[in-house]
Amino acid sequence: MSDPKALVLIVEDEWQMLRFLRTALSAQDYRVLEASTLKDALVAATTHNPELILLDLGLPDGDGIDLTRQIRQWSHVPIIVISARGREGDKVAALDAGADDYLTKPFGVNELLARMRVAQRHAAMVGTDISSTVLEVRNVRIDQAKREVTVDGREVHLTPIEYRLLVLLAKNAGKVLLHRQILKEVWGPPYVNETHYLRVFMTQLRQKIESDPARPRLLVTEPGVGYRIKDG
Amino acid sequence: MASDRPNPDALLRRVQAEEERSSRAALKIFFGYAPGVGKTFTMLESALRLKAQGVDVVAGCVETHGRPETAALVAGLEVLPRREVAYRGTALSEFDLDPALARKPRVLLLDELAHTNAPGSRHKKRWQDVLELLEAGIEVHTTLNVQHVESLNDVVAQITYVRVRETVPDSILERADEIELVDLPPDELAQRLREGKVYLPDQARRAADHFFKRGNLLALRELTLRSAAQRIDVDLRAHRLEHDIKTTWPAAERILVCVGASPSSGKVLRGARRMAAGLRAEWVAAYVDAPDAHRATKADRDRLRAHLRLAESMGAEVVRLVGSRVSEEILGYAREHNITRIVIGKPTHARWKDLLKGSIVNQLVRDSDDIEINFISGDDAHRAGNPGSQKAKKRPNWTGIGVAVGLVAAATVGSVLARSVMAQADQVMVYLLIIMLVAYRYGRTPSLVAAGLSVATYDFFLVAPHYTFNIESGRHLLTFSVMFGVGIAISSLTSRLRGQERGARIREARTSALYSLSRELATAKDESAAAKAAAVHSAKAFGGDSAVLVGDAANNLSVKGASRSDLALSEEELAVARWVTEHGRPAGAGTDTLPGARLTCFPIRAEAMTFGALAVVTPSIELLDVEHREFLDAFLRQVALAIERVRFTEEAKVSALRIRTEETRSALLGAVSHDLRTPLGAITGAGTALREDRGKLDPEQRLELCDTICTEAERMERLVGNILDMVRLESGGIVPKREWVPLEDAVGSALSRLEVRLGTREVRVGLPPGLPLLSVDPVLIEQLFVNLFDNVIKHCGPDAPIDVAARVADRTLEIEVADRGPGLLAGTEHQVFDKFYRGPGSRAGGVGLGLSICRGILAAHDGTISAENRPGGGALFRIALPIPESPPAVPTGDPGSTGEEEDT
Repeated sequence: MSDPKALVLIVEDEWQMLRFLRTALSAQDYRVLEASTLKDALVAATTHNPELILLDLGLPDGDGIDLTRQIRQWSHVPIIVISARGREGDKVAALDAGADDYLTKPFGVNELLARMRVAQRHAAMVGTDISSTVLEVRNVRIDQAKREVTVDGREVHLTPIEYRLLVLLAKNAGKVLLHRQILKEVWGPPYVNETHYLRVFMTQLRQKIESDPARPRLLVTEPGVGYRIKDG
Repeated sequence: MASDRPNPDALLRRVQAEEERSSRAALKIFFGYAPGVGKTFTMLESALRLKAQGVDVVAGCVETHGRPETAALVAGLEVLPRREVAYRGTALSEFDLDPALARKPRVLLLDELAHTNAPGSRHKKRWQDVLELLEAGIEVHTTLNVQHVESLNDVVAQITYVRVRETVPDSILERADEIELVDLPPDELAQRLREGKVYLPDQARRAADHFFKRGNLLALRELTLRSAAQRIDVDLRAHRLEHDIKTTWPAAERILVCVGASPSSGKVLRGARRMAAGLRAEWVAAYVDAPDAHRATKADRDRLRAHLRLAESMGAEVVRLVGSRVSEEILGYAREHNITRIVIGKPTHARWKDLLKGSIVNQLVRDSDDIEINFISGDDAHRAGNPGSQKAKKRPNWTGIGVAVGLVAAATVGSVLARSVMAQADQVMVYLLIIMLVAYRYGRTPSLVAAGLSVATYDFFLVAPHYTFNIESGRHLLTFSVMFGVGIAISSLTSRLRGQERGARIREARTSALYSLSRELATAKDESAAAKAAAVHSAKAFGGDSAVLVGDAANNLSVKGASRSDLALSEEELAVARWVTEHGRPAGAGTDTLPGARLTCFPIRAEAMTFGALAVVTPSIELLDVEHREFLDAFLRQVALAIERVRFTEEAKVSALRIRTEETRSALLGAVSHDLRTPLGAITGAGTALREDRGKLDPEQRLELCDTICTEAERMERLVGNILDMVRLESGGIVPKREWVPLEDAVGSALSRLEVRLGTREVRVGLPPGLPLLSVDPVLIEQLFVNLFDNVIKHCGPDAPIDVAARVADRTLEIEVADRGPGLLAGTEHQVFDKFYRGPGSRAGGVGLGLSICRGILAAHDGTISAENRPGGGALFRIALPIPESPPAVPTGDPGSTGEEEDT
């Protein structure tokens, strides 16, 4: 499924971790580029133009978040942060700075590959107009032209807010969206701090979309960070 | 009377005094009988000798009075700069205490011990400066003339007819470690005087001629030699006592001197002081607060106050006795405290007063038994220095007298009209009733008027022959005298009762003030609360404004509580409080130290520790008065005890926390070493087996080993996560970042996180619709459910269902998480929440932190968690979370409604 020979830049200073990533990605036909400092990473990113960056935050010469910001000034290359920092604040900071996803160490190789695929797919979609297309995530189908949502072929009625919420998450399927990002997109900039709006509507949306709303498997909460539609 | 045997207590006291003396700085006084005998000169000479020996000697303040030989001596010494003070247009040059304290020489020379400092100085008197210098460990050498000694003041005045105002308390002389007598024959002094070698200030010139008469000088010299000799005698005796305890032990004399408002009391006090010094006795100055004392004039009260302060400054213990019968109170106190002598001023008032009111002196002498009574004449006064007070020249109570006249007139008219039907005895009763009423309502004078008037009108109108003061029979005389006598008795009893009532009221007010203070202090949880309560109560009890200053660990004093929140203290005022805290003595307005301040500060101390100061601004009562002293002391003691208690509690809390942290740490170490090594062992084992595989393992075995590695790594991750969570909660830094969260979101999020581990397990979530939003930290609350579900996964079989239910009960959201597992062991319902508690036979490798983290999370949210066995088997965890008062509105929250919001 992954684009063969895609070039991945791994920014990691832990030698063992690097070895694991190198082995795992090579086995999946990725081409791997390595950097263990911020400086090297920046050089590699500008000269080789990788298609994906795996970025560790704690580097010997600085913080990966700064690198993210720098790269975002000129590139939309997907950046997946891989870090041992598991605090919500760290995740929000990294995602806010422009990272596409955040994986807390330790993680399994399957999880990593899945996230990489999602990030690549989103990168591929940047610039293409998907506002009139049909979005499909698992058993949910959103026909944007007709403004129609079906779950397992059965039509469900959504309020405009719920609909916008679902569309936003589906467009970013697999990707974590921060609370403030969602609130800004769906409710508008003045409401970025009203996280309870989002929580209440998300609960409602689950009632309509999820097969077992009490045990959501599609609309997943990332505690303290945001929400994500679990794709695949 | 007293035992001659050595008293171990006294010995101990000696030893202690000796130790104290050896550790404190020495005071040396160069003592002379008149100006010009060469005290300063001698002091300087001795200073130069010390300097030659290498001692660090500095001249603080030495008056050369323009004499070149003295100036020459001073030139050989380091001289401290003086402070220039402008006072009433003239520039005064004063000794500056602070630089001297900062310079801290070994020996400081300070001339003229009796000097009065310029206004604005820290202390009023130089001898107070000396005391502070000594306290700071600086040895002081100073000079003093005999006429400045407090207890000799009268005698000197009698000899020379010159009353010296600048006096030094005898306690300073006693404090002196060495007194060097500087003597010069009077003829030589007279010679020096003629040659102009004796400096005298201009205003003293006139007095000087008289003062320096040969007869005076001889008498003064004798007085000086004698008091120095007495001092030597004292030293000698002390020495004998120390070294040969078989010699006669002095009887422990205790002297009580009666003090009153009479001007002669001062003289009586000084006499008593001399007597006490001669006998080496402790002495007590007592005054009796009689119920009618409130009738004393302000002048009387001021005088009494001055006498009590004088007594204190001369080293007496001052006691206040309360009671109406002066002699009884004094004798009672004397017996209780083993007083051997009572000193009282000679009565000089007219004898008839004794007949009328009873003589205190007579009663004292009669009832004193084995206590000696000594009289000291108070010849410079009109009245005796007996206790009690002079009566105020009060304005007559005209209203009372008017009422008395009116009532007597009414009774008379009534009695005249009803003469035919009223017996004479009844008429007398009516008059007595009136006298009593007037006495009760208006006091003594009106009731006396009523009594006199009653007798007169009764005689005039009601006793035959009517309308004349003549009487028929002698038996009426008896009626009159009984009437008058009863009237006087009633009136004096009533007025005494009123006095006692007033006294009782004041005492009661103070007791209740102390009681309410102590009650509030008892509930004070920290220093600020205690300080605030103390300041508020102080303002209430003493009037004005109050602040309580408490020092911290680094001895930085700051206002911890004030009666008014806007009460600000200036830097100078803080300095007063600092001084008080450092020295443990009151200072500020009304005292002799820093009297220029707006406020008065009192030390708050318990035992040896001074915690801070109570600052009082413009109180409505004279706090420094002896009569308020007891109350103030009790007040300060209570505050000190409260602060001490709070500090102890805090210390105890800190050490308890330390112990708990220590326990946690060791338990954590134990858990970490065991529980982290187990999975590590499995991982290492499986890893090495895979590495060393030389094609012997079949694919299935290889897969199994890989599985082991993954599972054990996951388990380790959970352990580490739990330990980290616990450490975060334990460090006390967890302040929940509260947001509005629907319960469904929190439970759902936890369940999806555990998706893999839950597997096919059935989870029945029965949350009723319309539950209120919770104000919680979403991350922590998700963790709570993860831990609870994880607990079920660990302890129950793979198919045991989990039930989640919730309901609203009285501003609380009750959540139940239940399983159908083995349930809890009886009696462990509380233990399961303890750190590192693991159920017996728990097979799943956990550190025993999950539930304890749950409890920690709920505690941070003001919630609770409890565990019990579920009816029908399994465990049931009950969570209670408070429902916030005002949940926020969510626009268009109606599920299922469509089209209400514009799709923009």
